[in-house]
Amino acid sequence: MTEEVTYREAVGRTIRDAMKADDRVFIMGEDVARYGGTYAVTKGLAEEFGEDRVRDTPLSESAFTGAGIGAAIGGMRPIVEIMTVNFSLLALDQILNTAATFRHMSGGQVGVPLVIRIATGAGRQLAAQHSHSLENWYAHIPGLRVLAPATVQDAYAMLAPALQDPDPVIIFEHVMLYGRTEPLDTSSVADLRSAAVRRAGTDISLITYGGSLPKTLEAAEVLTEEGIGAEVLDLRVLRPLDNAAILETVSKTRRAVVVDEGWLTGSLAAEISARIMEGAFWELDAPVGRVCSAEIPIPYPKHLEDAALPQVDRIVAAAMAAMGR
Amino acid sequence: MNKYAPGDVRPHLTRDHCLHLMKQMTRIRRFEEKCAELYTQEKIRGFLHLYIGEEAVATGVTEALGPEDAVVATYREHGHALVRGVPADRIMAEMFGRIDGVCRGRGGSMHLFDVGRRFYGGNAIVGGGLPLAVGLALADKMQGRDRVTVCFFGEGAVAEGEFHESLNLAALWKLPVLFVCENNGYAMGTALDRSESETDIHAKAASYRLPAEVVDGMNVVEVEAAARRATGAIRAAEGPYFLECRTYRFRAHSMFDPQLYRSKDEVAAWEKKGPVVRFRDWMVAAGMAHEADLARIEEEVAAEVTAAVAFAEASEWESVNTMLEEVGALG
Repeated sequence: MTEEVTYREAVGRTIRDAMKADDRVFIMGEDVARYGGTYAVTKGLAEEFGEDRVRDTPLSESAFTGAGIGAAIGGMRPIVEIMTVNFSLLALDQILNTAATFRHMSGGQVGVPLVIRIATGAGRQLAAQHSHSLENWYAHIPGLRVLAPATVQDAYAMLAPALQDPDPVIIFEHVMLYGRTEPLDTSSVADLRSAAVRRAGTDISLITYGGSLPKTLEAAEVLTEEGIGAEVLDLRVLRPLDNAAILETVSKTRRAVVVDEGWLTGSLAAEISARIMEGAFWELDAPVGRVCSAEIPIPYPKHLEDAALPQVDRIVAAAMAAMGR
Repeated sequence: MNKYAPGDVRPHLTRDHCLHLMKQMTRIRRFEEKCAELYTQEKIRGFLHLYIGEEAVATGVTEALGPEDAVVATYREHGHALVRGVPADRIMAEMFGRIDGVCRGRGGSMHLFDVGRRFYGGNAIVGGGLPLAVGLALADKMQGRDRVTVCFFGEGAVAEGEFHESLNLAALWKLPVLFVCENNGYAMGTALDRSESETDIHAKAASYRLPAEVVDGMNVVEVEAAARRATGAIRAAEGPYFLECRTYRFRAHSMFDPQLYRSKDEVAAWEKKGPVVRFRDWMVAAGMAHEADLARIEEEVAAEVTAAVAFAEASEWESVNTMLEEVGALG
């Protein structure tokens, strides 16, 4: 059955359904219980499941993320919520040195079936310590699976398989997606391997993920008016990247622009561009374009924040350039 | 490994038990002396952190644990693994980097794991094991299991934020964690009073409202008694407990350490009150052990160490072809 819900509601509902399905699942993080979640995702869950399973934590990102790791090893299926990706840096030691490392370093003895949800991205004028997109930092780390649900459907459907994963999974939820309303089919099953073509086209591939998907789809509509058929590939999974899907779309259209809210230098866009060069160089009719964030801490005023981020007009311009127009 | 009934919180100093403690400390001492020798022969590489001088802490604390309890240790953890029951040959093979090591040789000296014995590292980020221990205890509490998680760390970890965050969380949530601070006086080469404004570590711990004691970490009986008291309180669902065990590292921090930060006299003075020599002398004086008992222990331990080295020598290297195995999210 399909219904229209917000991204926020979809995330809340999928957590609730997971907790109903499995007693081992619990959620912890800053203000997830009494407050109802910074982005109101967990509203009502504490009342339904109690504060043992919807657990408010002190502002101790490292300790509660590490506690999630320990609880996962101890047989639970924790969901750790980190309020924003900038704060996740305080837990990066635990995520990299413990969660991502243990299975390999222990010769396969210790897996960490932990899900960490992190709000990411800019657009709410929260300035330079609450607005960054650091997905590529995590996508760099072997041992992690990194997801970027860009649709309401994925926001709901990616959590259940993430909780089944025997290894740590990071889910990035872009803050500008929480209020979006889209159709949701709760019976549909998501895979955690593949990218998805969100819009078919034959002239150019626009490759993106997360909060940039709506902007990229909008840009594709604008390009239609110019007679350009853009294919939009939503990466969905940032680690491991779906190389085959990237090469397939580029081999078809022979042109690509990567749209990525991360900073240009060392970005996921750079990684994808390199993979296209390695795997589809002879298919290309134009250099790969990139639309990324300006290389500055994200500023507070609306006009500067807008100018710093990938926007529809910049995506269109990059696509036009790749088309030689 | 624990021949006491659960809830038995006092050590019983029978002759057998004393000989057992002596043997456990001797196993650590002789195993590590061999490791140092093998390091100079380049059989063991990388960092090698010896526990020599601190044997009473791991030995005494481990006596208070049952097989269901968990241990989280640091990069100076050979002794903890040995007394926990991880086979010496598998530990030695790990230190050689061989496939029959506990971790297929991938972890080496600093990263011993043995899930079957609930031994969760071998954690080489100072302070990094504390949140992990809190989480293991959280899982036990949420699942209603009567288990204790012991977390060993050095006094250097006290300067890390994770120490404070973890003590707070464990006390706040009344989790069954036994925090054991192995205070050997030096964070690598930095003396405690050069890095901490408050050098009474148990006093810091007490500020998080958990029971905290200071223990003579050179006295295995005192450590065991404290650990039994602590685990007894934890099992009575009273929440976490903290032991500061004052001890001393006789050897260098690692094999690269020229020890410019302390005098030979200081080391010699501590060696005189070393945990092994002190316990041995007490046992003999108290008529608990005869020279023949001690000689037998030495013989048995020497055989164990020799066999461990032979096992490690005979073990293969992991194939480069399997190097990519056992890492999450491969596909």
